[in-house]
Amino acid sequence: MTDMTTDFGRPPKPRRSALPYLLLVPAAVALAVALGYPLVRQVVLSFQDFGLAQQFGKPPEWVGTDNYRELITDPYLWRVTLRSLVFCFVNAAATMAIGVGLALLMRHMSRWVRLLLQTGLLLAWAMPVVASLTVWQWLFDTQYGVVNYVLTELGFDYEGHSWLLQPLSFFFVATVIVVWMSVPFVAFTVYAALTQVPEELMEAAEIDGAGGWGRLRNIVLPTIRPVLLVVALLQVIWDLRVFTQIYILQQAGGSTRDTNLLGTYIYRLGIGGGKFGMAAAVAVFMLVLTVVLTAPYVRSMLKQEGED
Amino acid sequence: MPRPVSRPLRVTANVVGLVAFVVAAFPVYWMINSSFLDRNEIRNPVPTWVPFGGDLDNFRTVFETDQFVNAMKISLMVTLLTIVVALAFAFVAAVAVSRFRFRGRMSFIVTLLVIQMIPVEGLFISQYKMLETMDLLNTVVGLSLVYVSLVLPFTIWTLRGFVAGVPYELEEAAMMDGCSRTQAFFRITFPLLAPGLVATGVFGFIQAWNEFSLALIVMTREDHRTLPLWLSTFTDVNRGTDWGGIMAGSTLIAVPVIIFFLVVQGRMVSGLTAGGVKG
Repeated sequence: MTDMTTDFGRPPKPRRSALPYLLLVPAAVALAVALGYPLVRQVVLSFQDFGLAQQFGKPPEWVGTDNYRELITDPYLWRVTLRSLVFCFVNAAATMAIGVGLALLMRHMSRWVRLLLQTGLLLAWAMPVVASLTVWQWLFDTQYGVVNYVLTELGFDYEGHSWLLQPLSFFFVATVIVVWMSVPFVAFTVYAALTQVPEELMEAAEIDGAGGWGRLRNIVLPTIRPVLLVVALLQVIWDLRVFTQIYILQQAGGSTRDTNLLGTYIYRLGIGGGKFGMAAAVAVFMLVLTVVLTAPYVRSMLKQEGED
Repeated sequence: MPRPVSRPLRVTANVVGLVAFVVAAFPVYWMINSSFLDRNEIRNPVPTWVPFGGDLDNFRTVFETDQFVNAMKISLMVTLLTIVVALAFAFVAAVAVSRFRFRGRMSFIVTLLVIQMIPVEGLFISQYKMLETMDLLNTVVGLSLVYVSLVLPFTIWTLRGFVAGVPYELEEAAMMDGCSRTQAFFRITFPLLAPGLVATGVFGFIQAWNEFSLALIVMTREDHRTLPLWLSTFTDVNRGTDWGGIMAGSTLIAVPVIIFFLVVQGRMVSGLTAGGVKG
């Protein structure tokens, strides 16, 4: 994603015609059918009792806010929510720190090291998510995994250590995988933004006696702030909804109940347990949570637009 | 002229860069390496770092599981259908947004950005119910339908950049020479867009090819699995017994994607930035 504050091309003078609307019809219809309608239907579903009986033809019943009431009074939902939030912030923060750090250091690396690093990052970025999950499982494998082998060689007691049994250790592995996959995007985007920092300003600051940190704080960071905001926003959204990594690691071992995050919880309630009304309510809750989490970012982005 | 970098800073940056390179690239190398090792080498407590004397047995194993070839067919059908439809829809929408001014243009653009923020998992329960009602569960068309909506916003976004990157003055000049507006667009702008269309198509293809969560809920029948689903179940079945086969399967799925990705990513970046600066 690039700077969102750019203008959107300079279309020719307005001509009163229906043509642009006709051109938008296919895309608008596709989005309305595949996203708009399910969104409405999901809100409706979340106010209905829709379980296994309804799957077999019984008409769904309106239950008002019962689903929501049941959820809110269920401590498990709050545990899963807290878990998701902590996981999201830890992953987003780690990804941002490593990604921005690498981008800043890239400017000071020798050319060949930078190229090598960029190649490595591209490889990690290009890996299909399921393939990268199987590889990481193999690396963390209890009996034959490289991680246990290396740690044991280094003198730690990791022979036959099972990484997915304990929830904390399970989430550690998940975090390693998510951060590994997410860092390249941050590093490349921020590095591209850094090339926009005006060189004259940097030189002027140096003449005025600003040190490296001063230049970083007063020139570099303000220049790339809009990009940092967008990238951080995307990380938060992506890490809050993390599903595939958790689902596949759960298949590999570890207690489902102790490792569910919002995404897998919705799946297990609805597709797994047939409680579609309840699952829809959790999904609506997750969407609202996404809006609440991202609102401050979006507001400050809009503010930036206003200033420019 | 970049300023000279102080020596300790350069050394530190290089060390960090090399460590980061190893961490980033190692899993990819390890996947490919392991896929050539036979059972005994894989089970040797001391890892084999280079697959000397490796063979192709693992790949043979993968092709012999009948589900692999079938999953590849399903994956190809779904991704191709998705991309053809999404590119066609996105292309006309991108032309509308970047070559016309009309009421609601900004709202449409903002809507696209908002849609990008909707998590797949926040909607897949009702998408599942919808496809069930339409009798489209376990069909290529059903999965493609939700995939089109998945790749459409980003596809419109990047194509808009490519169209805006071709100066409208070129079309105006052609119109001076007597072309109609439509002719001018197709003779002048469209040929210049071809590389961008290909890159965007490949990028959307990769997205659909790798997608897991929607495939998981739409394709519940074994003979309708896409490749990512096949790989995740293949891993379950072979838990800790056939890592070589699993790695060969992963390599077969990943290597084409990696190659495609490396080819198009540079162009994607230019597409995202084109039209923004030039106006």
